[in-house]
Amino acid sequence: MIALALLLVFNLIFTRNFATVQTLNVNLTQVCTIVIVAVGMTMVIGTGGIDLSVGSIMAISGALAPMIFLGTIFPVGPIGPAVALAICVALLAATLLGLFNGWLVAYFRIQPIVATLVLFIAGRGIAQVLTNGNLQVFRTPEFQWIGLGRPFGIPVQVLIMAAIVLLAAWVLRRTVFGRAILATGGNERAAELSGVPVSRVKLAVYAISGFCAGVAGLIVIAINSASDANLVGLGMELDAIAAVAVGGTLLSGGKATIIGTLIGALTIQLVRYTLLANGVPDAAALVVKAAIIVLAVWLQQQGRAR
Amino acid sequence: MTRKPDLRILLGTYGVVIALLALIAFGWWRYDNFVGFFNITSVLRYNSMFALVSLGMCFVIMTGGIDLSVGSTAALGSVAAALASPYGILPGAAAGIGVGLLVGAINGLLVTRANIMPFIATLATMLAASGSALLLANNQSVSVSYESGFTALGQGNLWILPIPAVIAGVAYLLGSVVLNFTSTGRTVLAIGGNEEASRLMGLRTDAIKFLTYLASGGLAGLAGVILAAQFGAGQPIEGVGWELFAIASVVVGGTLLTGGVGSVGTTLAGVLLLGILFNVLNFENGMGWISLSAYWQSVIRGAFLLVVVIIQARMVTRPNAPA
Repeated sequence: MIALALLLVFNLIFTRNFATVQTLNVNLTQVCTIVIVAVGMTMVIGTGGIDLSVGSIMAISGALAPMIFLGTIFPVGPIGPAVALAICVALLAATLLGLFNGWLVAYFRIQPIVATLVLFIAGRGIAQVLTNGNLQVFRTPEFQWIGLGRPFGIPVQVLIMAAIVLLAAWVLRRTVFGRAILATGGNERAAELSGVPVSRVKLAVYAISGFCAGVAGLIVIAINSASDANLVGLGMELDAIAAVAVGGTLLSGGKATIIGTLIGALTIQLVRYTLLANGVPDAAALVVKAAIIVLAVWLQQQGRAR
Repeated sequence: MTRKPDLRILLGTYGVVIALLALIAFGWWRYDNFVGFFNITSVLRYNSMFALVSLGMCFVIMTGGIDLSVGSTAALGSVAAALASPYGILPGAAAGIGVGLLVGAINGLLVTRANIMPFIATLATMLAASGSALLLANNQSVSVSYESGFTALGQGNLWILPIPAVIAGVAYLLGSVVLNFTSTGRTVLAIGGNEEASRLMGLRTDAIKFLTYLASGGLAGLAGVILAAQFGAGQPIEGVGWELFAIASVVVGGTLLTGGVGSVGTTLAGVLLLGILFNVLNFENGMGWISLSAYWQSVIRGAFLLVVVIIQARMVTRPNAPA
């Protein structure tokens, strides 16, 4: 939080044209997909798990949707229903893949990092096989609205992001399910003995993470007006995990904050923007990002030790 | 914890060797040139890089840790080696291994001194190493010097054996000796089994953990040296996904990700199994019966990993799992 404030002040002083609506828009639209994926990731990490497969799930959802509304798989009628169908199918597929992760974790007791590694490796391959590795270009305003539309001047994906963040924050803080997530992460055995349906909670968080990744995948392709299975969501798992870690969610589970994740993602984005706007090469920005992650987690550790 | 030679656990550990032999037998029976000089040496030459990275990963995982930085460390190592290659074979190799050791030392310090979870610490160094590689190489691949003989490290032969395979073989031999016959090796497994208990027993847990990350970094750097020598250039963007390939090989080799149980030999079998699987796929494509695009590789790799982890979950954790 303090870091974010400091960054804002730094930028107001040193970066030219910082305090403009355009800068705000650029940063917000860029950070949207990371935040959405990171929200799902926060819930998974809250149970003490991790989801490496989010990037691959984004690629699959991004590959499926255009195939449907472009009529590659089967002929479609009017564009409106076709787009709706495409979005539904893509999100359903993403959720099912998330469920599959949860199934491996909850019922086979496979460590989350290995269980989701399976889809991390296979998922992008599936997306590439689906599209034969080809770029799918489209010009479908009805669909691209979710990436480019601006009701009241606010980008649609920012609204989607805000809705998901608010909903998730409410679920995590105020509902039984939210408490069950943290109980599972805090002490799984104790949670199970006190009647928390641990397995079902795990299934649910991985499904939610898959769903969030699906949404993010659709937004990415809508912005680009093209879907490239090789690139959509590449490296997203790292960005999302970094946002969660910087935001103050314990990576060992048991404590999670959605708002923290939002701030974490904004901080990372702002650091990157600050560096780029001040002429630092992208590669050096990577090194700085690494330092921030380490510093944030280290501070977290110190805070806990005290 | 008593460790009886349970048949199921034995099968879990040596299943990979059986699968490997079965796969080789299948290839032998089905394809003409499968067990041929050219095919064997090229498979060994190419997979030796993965073997080196997997060896380091195996040791880190046995302590209950993980090293996600190996891929970008290898990339950084390949760039450093390529930049130093005009000065000869030794300086080139030393530069690559040196930066690898440096990254490994940073990982080790972050994990043992700053108490940062291995997953996060190595994730951060993965980003940092990748950024450094790009900076060092100026965002492009760096050609190695062909005059100094550096490329022999990747392309040369020792008698009839590819040099990279020889290097990997020696590394595995050393690794196996360290794990099975030295107190360091036993401590590695003890830490993975129960770190707190090991510490209380007076084992130097932090020092040993530091060593495993150091070794993993060094081996990744060495893999980078071979990468540069084999393809004639330092590749700042290579190595993406190597860490996952290595983790997959280690897991397929029967090492538990929770630490405490593991074997160097079966890790090598895991590397070869995954490597040869693709070799078989290429041959199958060559037969013309089926034609699978390169994209199927990752799907099949993932499916294979899935089968193995499910079998392992059934075999290994079932007996100990709460009823």
